[in-house]
Amino acid sequence: MAGKDIEQAKEADGFEYEFESGLAVITQDKIADPGLEPHRVRMTDKSPKHAKTAERQVAALFVLSVIGSFLALWAYVSFPITEDLSTVRANNLWLGLGMTLSLLGIGIAAVHWAKTLMPDFEVSEARHQTRGSEDVRAAAIEIVKLADKESGFSRRKLIRRTMYGALALFPLPALVVFGDLGPVVGDSLRHTMWKKGTRLTKDPTGVPIKASDVTLGSVFHVIPEGLSEMHEHKLEEKAKAAVLLVRLNQEDLKEDETKKSWSYDGIVAYSKICTHVGCPVALYEQQTHHLLCPCHQSTFDVTEHCKVVFGPASRPLPQLPISVDAEGYLIAQSDFLEPVGPSFWER
Amino acid sequence: MTTITKDNQQGGALAATANYLDERLGVGGILKNFGRKVFPDHWSFMLGEVALYSFVILLISGTFLTFFYQPSMTEIIYDGSYVPLKGAQMSIAYASSLDISFEIRGGMLMRQVHHWSALLFVAAAGLHMLRVFFTGAFRKPREINWVVGFMLFILGMAAGFTGYSLPDDLLSGNGLRIIDGMIKGIPVIGTSISSGLFGGEFPGTEIVARLYGLHILLVPALILIFIAIHLFMVVIHKHTHYSGPGRTDENVVGYPLMPVYVAKAGGFFFIVFGVVMLISSTFTINPIWNYGPYDPSPVSAGTQPDWYIGWLDGALRLAPSRLDISILGNTYPMGILIPLVGSLVFLALVAIYPFVEAWVTADKREHHVLDRPRNAPTRTAIGAAGVTFYGVLWAAASTDLIATFFRMSLNQVLVSMQIMLIVGPIFAYIVTKRTCLALQRKDREIVLHGRETGRIVRLPHGEYIEVHEPLDKYEMYKLVDFKDYRPTIARPNEKGKVTIGSKVRSALSRVFFEDRISPVSQTELNEAQSHDHSPAIVSSEQNQLTK
Repeated sequence: MAGKDIEQAKEADGFEYEFESGLAVITQDKIADPGLEPHRVRMTDKSPKHAKTAERQVAALFVLSVIGSFLALWAYVSFPITEDLSTVRANNLWLGLGMTLSLLGIGIAAVHWAKTLMPDFEVSEARHQTRGSEDVRAAAIEIVKLADKESGFSRRKLIRRTMYGALALFPLPALVVFGDLGPVVGDSLRHTMWKKGTRLTKDPTGVPIKASDVTLGSVFHVIPEGLSEMHEHKLEEKAKAAVLLVRLNQEDLKEDETKKSWSYDGIVAYSKICTHVGCPVALYEQQTHHLLCPCHQSTFDVTEHCKVVFGPASRPLPQLPISVDAEGYLIAQSDFLEPVGPSFWER
Repeated sequence: MTTITKDNQQGGALAATANYLDERLGVGGILKNFGRKVFPDHWSFMLGEVALYSFVILLISGTFLTFFYQPSMTEIIYDGSYVPLKGAQMSIAYASSLDISFEIRGGMLMRQVHHWSALLFVAAAGLHMLRVFFTGAFRKPREINWVVGFMLFILGMAAGFTGYSLPDDLLSGNGLRIIDGMIKGIPVIGTSISSGLFGGEFPGTEIVARLYGLHILLVPALILIFIAIHLFMVVIHKHTHYSGPGRTDENVVGYPLMPVYVAKAGGFFFIVFGVVMLISSTFTINPIWNYGPYDPSPVSAGTQPDWYIGWLDGALRLAPSRLDISILGNTYPMGILIPLVGSLVFLALVAIYPFVEAWVTADKREHHVLDRPRNAPTRTAIGAAGVTFYGVLWAAASTDLIATFFRMSLNQVLVSMQIMLIVGPIFAYIVTKRTCLALQRKDREIVLHGRETGRIVRLPHGEYIEVHEPLDKYEMYKLVDFKDYRPTIARPNEKGKVTIGSKVRSALSRVFFEDRISPVSQTELNEAQSHDHSPAIVSSEQNQLTK
């Protein structure tokens, strides 16, 4: 288009441009288009010897592909998979390399053939405006008008409006049938398996933990007693009830007066489910007493009720109030007093 | 009829087949119309092809996997070949994925082919989008096809994510957990959507089967439909070509479909497949047996999603601490909503860019000749800013790995990423725009005075000059064939009012075109050549921005 003046442009496109707008300035004085570059003769065009070589190369590549196919067939039979895991690697490698050869042989041969032996004359083909010519557009409009007239679409308002209504409503049942995708959310998100007296047990064995087992600086991954024997909804419960247990020096703990009774002898228990988007906060830094979520690096300070010290989380990890029972095992005083895990609308 | 029958006998089996097909399908007409259709040739046009072929590979390898994979979350005790996990409790989905890997010949290979080609599919589609963006191929009449391509990119990510979660391993399970956490954060309907998606509480026993349905039926069907539309539009519009001698908006220059393009493109499919196969036979991807079955409690350090989800994960990581807001007893988790809405806005901007640029330039003509990125400095700069924004988010998904690898403080890495997310795109915009303008000036210089040869010659009167070699006319035309836009001016409409729209447009248009370099005109070239017979370097000051 460049190099054409605006009048011609208008004529060609058949409508008025907003000339004052940021339309390309049509260079009156454009350096002329020299036309297509002359064709460059390839070695294979002028030398039959080179053409012959190229032909042999293409054929050789196809033969290579055949060899690859046989290699793959051979590998499939010759590398059975046994209990020995290294057989998987051998099977994967040789089967794969055979197929690689078989595929690349064909691919490279075809491209080499096209590039060396098929004519490489660039051809120019005319383009036409995407929009139809005035005649075509007029004819199209005529058809639409005729269809409108024959159906009475614009004339019969009653039909038109009831049809709109029907079309608007018919997808509704289709949406509603998805209603049973999941149960209505009750307050299940607020409760976990923990209740008064539930023993803290090791994840995944379910062995109860004695307060005396929790040495300074040690970390326990904890699940509520009974979870490891569950069959139904085990993972759902675990996804809410997982807890981290840490023992700190009493003097390192900076506890709220109201929550002083939630810990036992420097042992504190916090929800392991990140308050950001729910990953397990599984990394404990012994030196700093920080808990770190490996997904998005939210960091919580265990000494100060797991308040957020870094990362995208918004709320501290909920604390599980604990004490010990008569036999010295750690037990929960109650459920968590706030919903665990990521923030949600109703919380 | 008789003549055809006669031809049959003469031409043998091939002609007979051709005749059979033509009489039933009209292939003769199709071949006549499309057989010699011209396709322009350029390496950058291959990127879309790579995406298309990866999709075909995905269909082939994916079909294989469906024969062995079982989308069930029923818990079983594993008793398969992979010894380290013997006796572990896991879902049937995970166990069947292990069986594909460890018990079926070629199963591991097909899993790897499927995963690698999925990564390649999204990568190639993304690069193809960038090519289309930076060359202005989205301009009229292709704006709608840009949107179709955009949808394909989104569907590619959706296909990837739904497939990623199917093995029900620990890593992908944590990915689902993150999705669940994000969904729950959506105001009003979040928890209901989560319950509907997971069939109750996370993780439930439904999600894998549901994702499987989406992954093997709905999403690929949509991708196929959109690919069909995408390619159909390429046929309607004919492919764009780069500017150059003989290439105009009224023609298409390239090689005919048959035989050259069929051979090249057909061969290229085998090359793409071959390369994916080579990678899959030699490099492990997604070793699910190392991660173990999904369990909400454990997690490994250095978790990362597949690369194309990285930018969303990075967005989550970059949100500052403690952003939850509570209004009237309801929680707005801004730490999740800002990244979520921000990403959606970014995607929306990508989708609508062609319409924005069309409006700002008020250019209603068809464009079939591609821009060299330097010749559209503002667009290229906007693109660079967008790429930087995406790139920072993407890099932010690896803050922990970067910190570990370079022995830096995690906190400092994250804070620098937060700063870079804001400053980076601005910096990229400015640098790119200036670089484009500088390259355009260099082009002018070369057109007007030829190439520097590095040969210094001493003239008889003692002056030293560097010999410049003039360009041939074809090379020169490549450097001058671009359009010279000027900013729009806010003008009153018929009612004599200057509308706000018109003012905004002229302001944006100034941003686009105030700084610009015009192509060399014939007069300028003549002038330069006439007083330039001693081919000394003319100071670039003379080629300043046109007024």
